[in-house]
Amino acid sequence: MLNLIVISITAILIENFVLVKFYGCCPFLGVSTKTSTAIGMGMAVVFTMTLTSALTYPLYWYVLKPLGLEYLQTIAFIVVIAALVQIIEMFLQKSIPALYSALGIYLPLITTNCAVLGVALLNITKEYNFIESVVYGFSAGVGFLLAIYLLSVVRERMSYSDIPKPFRGFPIALIAAALLSISFMGFQGLKLPF
Amino acid sequence: MSDKKPSKGAFYLQIIKDGIIFKNPTFIQLLGMCPTLAVTTSVFNGIGMGLSATFVLVFSNFFVSLLRKFIPSKIRIASYIVIIAGFVTIVEMVMKAYLQSLSESLGLFIPLIVVNCIILARAESFASKNEPIASALDGLASGLGFTLALTIISAIRELIGNGTLLGYNIMGENFSPALLIILPAGGFLVLGFLIALVQYIMQKGKGEK
Repeated sequence: MLNLIVISITAILIENFVLVKFYGCCPFLGVSTKTSTAIGMGMAVVFTMTLTSALTYPLYWYVLKPLGLEYLQTIAFIVVIAALVQIIEMFLQKSIPALYSALGIYLPLITTNCAVLGVALLNITKEYNFIESVVYGFSAGVGFLLAIYLLSVVRERMSYSDIPKPFRGFPIALIAAALLSISFMGFQGLKLPF
Repeated sequence: MSDKKPSKGAFYLQIIKDGIIFKNPTFIQLLGMCPTLAVTTSVFNGIGMGLSATFVLVFSNFFVSLLRKFIPSKIRIASYIVIIAGFVTIVEMVMKAYLQSLSESLGLFIPLIVVNCIILARAESFASKNEPIASALDGLASGLGFTLALTIISAIRELIGNGTLLGYNIMGENFSPALLIILPAGGFLVLGFLIALVQYIMQKGKGEK
């Protein structure tokens, strides 16, 4: 139980997936202009990452590994993710149309979010067991949600400020992200009491 | 070549110019941010990453273009990703065999070339509509543009953050490096200022006309 808490706090704060490890920067910078869409995207990522971790674990340890096909993991995982995103999209469209229309175009974008493929590959590299993999996937997703939410709040405030012309748009978002990243460096000194 | 139509040559030249400078994937189109930020802590890593992505871009564009008439449009994204993933696996295995140290320092970002938006964007917006040769050339140009951007960013970060270039000490013994620049935060900071510079140059160019 304790190691699950450690995995979770590490993934959310100490090694935040976006601000420290740079996984998932494209949606982090691209979809963070409005808080509402940022939260929608973050939620969808949490959901996909948890499910991806749960699915790729048996795929690797019970199919690829016994057959000696470890080198196929990148291809196998990306196919699983693409299929999963497609299924989630169809499921939401049928059963929860409100959520589907809120997420809209962000759903297909999740396939190319490198945080999702990254977490699947990291689970294998770190040799986590099934429960740890799912917890790691979920926490990394929460880390992404936290980062994209924080950046979107900053960007909403900045949209009213008088920013020098060349810095408008993307550059100032990157600099805001840099400041967020500096503040997250503070968590690296965090000593977990167990 | 005399049998080549001049318009075709001009078209190829335009592809090359667009890919490397006018539509530079990193500075102008703002694609592929994850590897751009993550691996640019040293020039060696930056160039390694750029060339690996270029290799994948050339071949994935070529094959996507060859197969463009056979792939049903509903599942095209998934098909493109599988093609890309095949070439990424080749890069991964070759690098593990011959460039052990580079493979270790790039780590997870080698398999993550699969989801690099530049490659999928070129497949979707160029290779799926054009001839194989032009597509391969477009892949090469975009890849070199990406490599150029990574080299510039990593040169700045390595010089300020470590005082070296390609491992050689440039700034002298007494230089105390600004460590922040090679930490994650520095990646965001340097890229932010570089893109601001590009936008400044473009706005100035437009103002004069």
